[in-house]
Amino acid sequence: MSVRELPWSLWRHQIAAVVRLELKKNLFARRGLWIYLLALAPVLLYAAHSFFVIKSRWRGNFGEETHHFAAVFQFFYLRLVIFFGCVGIFANLFRGEVLDKSLHYYFLAPLRREVLLVGKYVSGLLAAAVIFSCSTLLQLVALYWYFDSNQIQDYLYHGNGLLHVAAYLGVTLLACIGYGSIFLAAGVVFRNPLVPTLVVLLWETINGVLPPLLQKCSVIFYLKSLCPVSVPAEITLDHGSPLAFLAVNVNPASTAMAVLGLLTLSVAVLALSSLRLRRMQIDYGVE
Amino acid sequence: MNDVAPNKRIVFEDVSKFYGEVLGVNRVNLSIPSGITSLVGPNGSGKTTLMNLMTGLVEPTRGRISVLGLSPRQPEELFRLLGYCTQYDSFPRGLTGYQFVYSYLRLSGCGHAKASELTVQAIDRVGLGEAAQRSIASYSKGMRQRIKLAQAICHNPAVLVLDEPLNGLDPLIRAETIALFRALSQQGLHLIISSHVLHEVDVISDQVVLLSNGYVVAEGEIRGVRDEIQEHPMQILIRCNNPGALASQVFLQDYVVEARLHHDGRGLLVKTRDADRFYLLLNRIAQNGIDIESVAPADDDVLSVYEYLIGTEEPPQ
Repeated sequence: MSVRELPWSLWRHQIAAVVRLELKKNLFARRGLWIYLLALAPVLLYAAHSFFVIKSRWRGNFGEETHHFAAVFQFFYLRLVIFFGCVGIFANLFRGEVLDKSLHYYFLAPLRREVLLVGKYVSGLLAAAVIFSCSTLLQLVALYWYFDSNQIQDYLYHGNGLLHVAAYLGVTLLACIGYGSIFLAAGVVFRNPLVPTLVVLLWETINGVLPPLLQKCSVIFYLKSLCPVSVPAEITLDHGSPLAFLAVNVNPASTAMAVLGLLTLSVAVLALSSLRLRRMQIDYGVE
Repeated sequence: MNDVAPNKRIVFEDVSKFYGEVLGVNRVNLSIPSGITSLVGPNGSGKTTLMNLMTGLVEPTRGRISVLGLSPRQPEELFRLLGYCTQYDSFPRGLTGYQFVYSYLRLSGCGHAKASELTVQAIDRVGLGEAAQRSIASYSKGMRQRIKLAQAICHNPAVLVLDEPLNGLDPLIRAETIALFRALSQQGLHLIISSHVLHEVDVISDQVVLLSNGYVVAEGEIRGVRDEIQEHPMQILIRCNNPGALASQVFLQDYVVEARLHHDGRGLLVKTRDADRFYLLLNRIAQNGIDIESVAPADDDVLSVYEYLIGTEEPPQ
């Protein structure tokens, strides 16, 4: 059967059906409340910062705040908030169904398991993208809240503001794509996704000191390459900061290569997961 | 069970399934035709494993399975003609009965209109029309059982696999459900039913598969299975006007093992090693003055066969 003869239309309908079922679960499940709180944490941080600045009548520096945002975005938001948020969303796509003993309903439908995997991944991605993109936008609003509206308009329309906002949103989306694929795989392959989560966290943390080839086998390498503002100068190897190894990206990838690399990595991980899913058996008894 | 082409049957060829060190089923060879086939056996005998194997929820450790010519490893084709009502009493969160059935049809690729129509039909068929818009979380055990059944039949499958489908149903619904199974069977469907309620199995089954400790110990039409159990003499109940005289005549035959007056005094229960010769004898006796009202085998039901072959590992109901 050639690629053209494959039932693309049926698969599209089936993916849409899976997404409709899953999206509600991913966005409104009570057990996912902590993900919203996690996404809200940096927003509250910036809101508190702005509040104290207004209270102290101190005049902030736009450039400094932009660098602070870059640092928090790279060290806290990408590496912890989106990372663990994606663990919560994607690792539970299959694992949660096994724990609820409801995965067999999908396996008893006339549905290729690869199609099911794509449908679940897309639903997780939509949920993660909505939650974390909103968080990114709210963080920017909260951070620049206390600035004069003229300054903000200058930054947005005459400086690189809009470009930065778009880049941060793009990086957020790519982080969801990359970490989503990895944690979906973890939920399919491992009975307890905690161990692979810690291994991936360690791998992503030491990425900066790995050989160049190994660096390319991580999500954070591509994300760091795409961040629009570099981290503050204090956090570099030259200054001996303890966070320096997190920041270093000696040979960053070009924008096109970074996007392509991350998408390739994600597709490869999803393809491997689908192979495992094809052989997956329903055995709730051992859970 | 051998008179139909293999692609119209459910075939197990030397199938074994081990869960690690634990035996699920071993060396199962079956060829199941259309009609109602009951899987009978105590807990842990392998009934659910056989059902999970034929639906691809678990993979065999060894052997080959085909369902009407399709492999269970082709879910996209298999489940267009197979519905499975599992024993798992769990559901996707937050769905109403209607959404539960409807979403299955949408997953199958049905459009909205077709899926709605089939959903309403299936839910009406199991008598849940009024509760369709309620959350499944508020359903009773019997209603949950019926909504699972509705999902299994909603796409009009050719094979219906039902794991303990009568569990939790009240007597009225139970009778209606059995009538539904009969109607489906008459439409030419394959119905594979597991049940531990033996008198119900007896009433509805065209054939049975008796399982014990993961092995198939007997299969076929229940009467045929009974005939093959040589070590237990066949029991026959004869209703007549003079059971005492009848007893004195049948006792003279060496193939009659035992003759006992029925407790109501109007019949004789005979145990014989050769039923065919005994029936010929009865014909002669009937011509010689004893008025025989009825002759009926007394132990060719599933309960008796179960006890003869499997014993009392689990008290049958």
